[in-house]
Amino acid sequence: MAVELKMPALSPTMEEGTLAKWLVKEGDTVAPGDILAEIETDKATMEFEAIDEGTVGKIMVAEGTENVPVGTVIAMLSGDDDDSAAAPPPVEDVAGEGKDVGREPSQAEVTKPVRAEPRADPEIPHGTNMATVTVREALRDGMAEEMRRDERVFVMGEEVAEYQGAYKVTQGLLDEFGPKRVIDTPITEYGFAGIGTGAAMGGLRPIVEFMTFNFAMQAIDHIINSAAKTNYMSGGQMRCPIVFRGPNGAASRVGAQHSQNYGPWYASVPGLIVIAPYDSSDAKGLMKAAIRCDDPVVFLENELVYGRSFELPELDDHVLPIGKARIMREGSDVTIVSYSIGVGLSLEAAEELAEQGIEAEVIDLRTLRPLDKQAVLDSLAKTNRVIVAEEGWPTCSIASEIVALCMEEGFDHLDAPVLRVCNEDVPLPYAANLEKLALLDTARIVAAAKKVCYAE
Amino acid sequence: MAKPARTRKAAAKPNTAQADPDFVLHSLQAAHEKSRRYDASDEELMGFYEQMLLIRRFEEKAGQLYGLGLIGGFCHLYIGQEAVAVGLQSALAEGKDSVITGYRDHGHMLAYGIDPNVIMAELTGRQAGISKGKGGSMHMFSTEHKFYGGHGIVGAQVALGGGLALAHKYNEDGGLCLAYFGDGAANQGQVYETFNMAALWNLPIVFVIENNGYAMGTAVKRSSAETEFYRRGTAFRIPGMDVNGMDVLEVRAAAELAFAHVRAGNGPVLMELNTYRYRGHSMSDPAKYRSREEVQEQRDHNDPIERLKKELIERGKSEDDIKAIDKAIRARVAQSADFAETSPEPEPAELYTDVLVGSY
Ligand SMILES: Cc1ncc(C[n+]2csc(CCOP(=O)(O)OP(=O)(O)O)c2C)c(N)n1
Ligand SMILES: [Mg+2]
Repeated sequence: MAVELKMPALSPTMEEGTLAKWLVKEGDTVAPGDILAEIETDKATMEFEAIDEGTVGKIMVAEGTENVPVGTVIAMLSGDDDDSAAAPPPVEDVAGEGKDVGREPSQAEVTKPVRAEPRADPEIPHGTNMATVTVREALRDGMAEEMRRDERVFVMGEEVAEYQGAYKVTQGLLDEFGPKRVIDTPITEYGFAGIGTGAAMGGLRPIVEFMTFNFAMQAIDHIINSAAKTNYMSGGQMRCPIVFRGPNGAASRVGAQHSQNYGPWYASVPGLIVIAPYDSSDAKGLMKAAIRCDDPVVFLENELVYGRSFELPELDDHVLPIGKARIMREGSDVTIVSYSIGVGLSLEAAEELAEQGIEAEVIDLRTLRPLDKQAVLDSLAKTNRVIVAEEGWPTCSIASEIVALCMEEGFDHLDAPVLRVCNEDVPLPYAANLEKLALLDTARIVAAAKKVCYAE
Repeated sequence: MAKPARTRKAAAKPNTAQADPDFVLHSLQAAHEKSRRYDASDEELMGFYEQMLLIRRFEEKAGQLYGLGLIGGFCHLYIGQEAVAVGLQSALAEGKDSVITGYRDHGHMLAYGIDPNVIMAELTGRQAGISKGKGGSMHMFSTEHKFYGGHGIVGAQVALGGGLALAHKYNEDGGLCLAYFGDGAANQGQVYETFNMAALWNLPIVFVIENNGYAMGTAVKRSSAETEFYRRGTAFRIPGMDVNGMDVLEVRAAAELAFAHVRAGNGPVLMELNTYRYRGHSMSDPAKYRSREEVQEQRDHNDPIERLKKELIERGKSEDDIKAIDKAIRARVAQSADFAETSPEPEPAELYTDVLVGSY
């Protein structure tokens, strides 16, 4: 029986890839384990192995083809009890069986450029040329520029050097800076977070990468007890200028232990700076600021945003202020406060609301601690209505914090209760349908905005 | 993967426990070296073969389903390491002893004889899965078999295993805990915190380091100062054993020695099982950190299933008998894949269940 060879999914977030190279040709016999083709994703080039033995029939997708969706039939393989290698009629079904089962298109690979709205950051002169850059590259460039500028800056973490980063954020750093400054550690989060913290106390400027922030739970003792409290306990004598960074929040179907937003956790700790950027410009500008900062910084990235492209001003030294929110979209009817991946969803929601005659103002907090209270209160005074969109649990969240802020300091301006729009209050389930139900989405943001506008 | 035998420092080697205060640290290894392979009956041999082949075919199918998008997230395959779980678990006292491991857990479940359907259905995230589709590849449990998962944080299962062993001792149920972890996990601090407490409290636990040579893309020698992992319990006075994990009979023989030692109330044992993973760390591994030749070498000359197949033929099994087994296992695995593909996703209401046991 002939077997269809389909474009494989090679990572949790892969939707399509490039068929870089065929290593077999029609008529070749193959055994399990033989390499059939090389497939390129945005993260890496991977080898595609034969699982069954047989003869390669028709090759349906030529090498060099880009954007081949997962599940597309790329070649036929006739089994060993098959006497002809003749190809059956080409299969048109691009999605392929099973493609739709349990897999919703994720936003991970969305790379179409998103135009940055006019912004008030004074550091960017008008007329600056804009490049289109992924968040992943922006973070890397931010680190590389600071490493060039300051000899004391170094990067350590699991797979940051030779593997080029588990999510490729440190790609190329080893080549440029060598193993002294780009250091692969064993899987010992508690140990290397402690070594990093000690190095910062000793005058260096470490960037400690956690493969994801889920694993920093192992090291949270050093982040909070060692790094955050040092300055205070020593009466200002002992500094701890360190950056703890890595992806945070839900990725795609990686289950409860690998999908959590730690923003509210760290943002509750005095002595820490907590940054959670959304786009490329903020990722780079705030990364550079974090590295220069004399306080310990927790820098929360998002895997699903790494591959997205945004405009980034081409400046020699693009450093942004810590603790300043950014108005992503102006509006007069309701304020949507968000950060990280929630900003993209909020901007989409604002477009939908505009079609229904509601003008939403979208605020990206960018820094979670210290919080830019004034930006929120100014917007509240203008729209009189606030909702908070957060990819994370509602309880003890940043959203809860904004609600408290509005109650305590903006009560007189409120025309409606402040609403939290968050994930469901459950550990993140693995099943595709449940995961979708659990996570923040545009529809929920739109519904909440209409509710506070009494537009139901 | 054989290593030189442990060399002793003492010039004149004493031969009684009284005269040699370190006797306990090397006595198990010495006994193991005296008689390395388990003397299996024909029936047992066949059983090992079937179990290992089931794991191999199951994992290959899981790899295929991942490629088709039916399995999502992280999916770590056990291909190449089959002899470890099969050899060790065959020596357990069923219903008494407990097992815990990391995210590379499909093989350990199958070695228990747990229905492949419910494992595969968990991989596809369906209601019929062993965790109702809410755990996925890395988080599977069967308390019925005293299998405690299925953990995603590298090293965490070692400390949890210490807790399971504490419960065995506390309840005086005569059971022991088998706690598996990787060569990479062996560098986690909490592993040593657990070693200390397990030895101090004489807990019935067998620590099993599955040394497959790599932690993701990091070869053992790039992450570990002491690469002879079986020696790592020495500081806590935990005896070590250095075992060829590519030979199910050697694994089984070593398991018997270790388990007997623990059951006799002597406290923990640390076993290093030298093995090899053929596939990438997970499905999304570009595998640039090792050569194809290295993998091929293991497949061609050290494969645990081929080794046993040869042995079966030497004992008079015919090629046809073996083909028939292979066919039956393929059919069983294909059936589990069909089941996993066609059974329904969890009900939306499942989102809210199992968060808490009581209602408050
Ligand atoms: C605390 C923690 N750090 C990092 C990871 C990411 N990670 C998952 S598996 C793995 C490699 C582990 O290798 P090893 O212990 O040798 O086990 P193997 O995968 O070879 O079975 C890493 C780094 C994790 N899951 N948990
Ligand atoms: Mg390993």
